[in-house]
Amino acid sequence: MSDNPAIETIKKDIAENDVVLFMKGTPMFPQCGFSAAVVQVLSQSGVKFKGVNVLADDGLRNGIKEFTNWPTIPQLYVKGEFVGGCDIVREMAQSGELEQLFKDKAVATAA
Amino acid sequence: MGQYRDRIIAKVTAGLAPATLDIHDDSHRHAGHTGDNPDGNGETHFKVTVVSAAFAGKSRVERQRLVYGLLADELKERIHALELVLRAPGEV
Repeated sequence: MSDNPAIETIKKDIAENDVVLFMKGTPMFPQCGFSAAVVQVLSQSGVKFKGVNVLADDGLRNGIKEFTNWPTIPQLYVKGEFVGGCDIVREMAQSGELEQLFKDKAVATAA
Repeated sequence: MGQYRDRIIAKVTAGLAPATLDIHDDSHRHAGHTGDNPDGNGETHFKVTVVSAAFAGKSRVERQRLVYGLLADELKERIHALELVLRAPGEV
């Protein structure tokens, strides 16, 4: 696939955390409106998630696009599976599918 | 101006034979992003709404991958964000 060492970091992150958001900026200080929108959805749903700032490392920024075969950021992973980017997460939150996904995958929510 | 808009319209039309296709340049909303609007000419952020029979029976991720595949060159060259609303005919 690739000799980009960031790929190993990505695999480790999504293996060790139930919910991982690859984003621009951090959950406290998102640096892109689309990343901020997904942070807001996740915060409202009450799940704990790890935010990975792809702006911190170009290898990571390119690596996550290659790893997922998805050209844009943010990217949400739940239990090691790619869920989607901002459009998809927002649509799923509105329709109730995201809540259902967390339930199906036994991801704890505060609610 | 409008070169990428035209390319998106041409490729989506050829690839998906859409029943409806709506495209909106949102680049002005993202001015000031570091490095993301290199020359101030816009055409970096688009919102594209497509209704096409090609999406029937496909998941959200599959639909977006289809569009990303059609627009791979444009994404590589210039487009920084594509907001996509992808529906099969008859879906709300």
